[in-house]
Amino acid sequence: MTNEQPAIQVTDLTVAYRDKPVLWDIDLTVPGGVLMGIIGPNGAGKTTLIKTILGLIRPAAGQVLIYGKPYAEQRRLVAYVPQRSSVDWDFPASVLDVVMMGRYGALGWFRRPGKRERELAFEALARVGMQEFAHRQISQLSGGQQQRVFLARALVQDAQVYFMDEPFQGVDATTERAIVGLLQDLRAAGKTVVVVHHDLQTVAEYFDWVALLNVRLVASGPVAEAFTESALRATYGGRIAFLEGRCSGAGAGEPRAGIVVSS
Amino acid sequence: MLVHMSPLTEIILIASVTAVACALPGVFLVLRRVAMVSDAITHTVLLGIVLAFFVVRDITSPTLAIAAAAAGVATVALIELLHRTERIREDAAIGLVFPFLFSIAVILIARHAGNVHLDVDAVLLGELAFAPLDRYTLGDVDLGPRALWLMSGILLLSLLLLILFYKELKLATFDAALAAALGFAPAVLHYGLMSVVSLTAVGAFNAVGSVLVVALMVAPPAAAYLLTDRLSHMLVLSAAFGVLAAISGCLAAFALDASLAGAMAVVTGLIFGAAWVFAPERGLLAQALRHARQRQEFAQAMLLVHLLHHEATPQEAVECDPSHLNEHLRWDAAFTAQTLRRAEQRGLLVRQKDLIVLTESGRRLAAQTLGGEG
Repeated sequence: MTNEQPAIQVTDLTVAYRDKPVLWDIDLTVPGGVLMGIIGPNGAGKTTLIKTILGLIRPAAGQVLIYGKPYAEQRRLVAYVPQRSSVDWDFPASVLDVVMMGRYGALGWFRRPGKRERELAFEALARVGMQEFAHRQISQLSGGQQQRVFLARALVQDAQVYFMDEPFQGVDATTERAIVGLLQDLRAAGKTVVVVHHDLQTVAEYFDWVALLNVRLVASGPVAEAFTESALRATYGGRIAFLEGRCSGAGAGEPRAGIVVSS
Repeated sequence: MLVHMSPLTEIILIASVTAVACALPGVFLVLRRVAMVSDAITHTVLLGIVLAFFVVRDITSPTLAIAAAAAGVATVALIELLHRTERIREDAAIGLVFPFLFSIAVILIARHAGNVHLDVDAVLLGELAFAPLDRYTLGDVDLGPRALWLMSGILLLSLLLLILFYKELKLATFDAALAAALGFAPAVLHYGLMSVVSLTAVGAFNAVGSVLVVALMVAPPAAAYLLTDRLSHMLVLSAAFGVLAAISGCLAAFALDASLAGAMAVVTGLIFGAAWVFAPERGLLAQALRHARQRQEFAQAMLLVHLLHHEATPQEAVECDPSHLNEHLRWDAAFTAQTLRRAEQRGLLVRQKDLIVLTESGRRLAAQTLGGEG
């Protein structure tokens, strides 16, 4: 995959719930090989943006291209990690079963997962440090373990572009660090990773690219350029406070330990 | 039949095949939390049958079964339509749609089809006892009860679809969003499943009535769900429970001279009840035991922490006095004594005459409890 063509190109995208716009005229270009955080307050449309890019929500206007083609033609290039809470973890399946589901797309209709899929699933579980849980029932996992399983399921898809919806939601610090490490490995391997993220404190540390979203796209680009105080103010409105001296406009891109968002 | 069977054997066979045919799609209904859709479908298929009867004027025409299945699918679509307007919850939507369609069918039968063999009682309770009377013959050769052929056909179709689309159904049931993102059209799978449920309901309610169809679609999978961790095991176990209910229900009904469908439905309920109470991990009993054990272990931990806090302090003589411990911890005396005894048996503490003293391992455990995992 050449890096000259953008991995994701969103143009004039509007998504509405009846007459209430959830996303207003988004133009977003994400180059290949970046690790991007989508940041914005609750109700900003972060999850909606990902779901629309994946064709799960039909836009009112606009289009999305993955490496120059509509998503439906590029499914094999894309992996998706939905929010952990979107599935029923009491479903009768083992960890290995769930991870193998990541191979279903490559298998297509009718073909059954076999030995090769099991091997790939074991490999992916090893990468997320969960191989000894392979035969566990998924309901016995902690939140962090569930998230690792979801990540392993995305890894076996062996995609070019990864979309992850709140992978750090409700996971312990160890898991969060492990996941960040894996995401950075993916980027190092030339993959594009898009993550819906909540914690402003860690943006500069985790990501090299950022999109600030609040129904409209406020800013996007390299963290050093787009993650500025004025863009954050525009995204979060009055609900954000910058602690004096911790965040200077000149030092954009430095970790902003002093950002406080009140909800 | 080519192999001669007694009517009882034939009835048990029909009931068993029907039970398995119902249990397989039932597993997915239960996992998708739409079990009550089966109740709706088993009633509204009647409207399909009545309407098709007015067109073809032949009660044995296969068109009736197709129309009935279509009515079932239409019911699901209507329920979802109502639900999607977000003016009404799904359970209420089910409660609105199916009695409405079912009562139209009832009125149509009463007004225009009173003289044909369409009987509302038979729809609800079926006529399994008479099923062996209605037979296929080829020339002089008796091929066996029609209901057996019909249900076997439906079961085979259901099995075939299940084998073909097992992986897709599994994914779409567990994670519909990923199924859609991977291009597996979960909506098509959903309506495919609902078509199978409808077709099964049509075939089955002829033989066993709609009440039993609901029981066979919901209770065996719900029981199996409590007993297993794998989808494939849940399917097999559901089918086995269905057969068990069929055999024991039929035998019980004969012994008691009671309704076949009624007896089978009762057995499905008993099977679920047994699983609910006795399931090794998720049953009530196992849960109660687990809670009691957790309570006991936590009480021990609290006791150890309490002792650790007051160890070698001026209050030690008061706080760690076994005869006043229950007052300090606000526990009842029996529970305190039991907790003390168990902790002592585990070697976590020793009782001196007026003092409880932590052992080394008790001290370690208390520190561990306070320090979380570490």
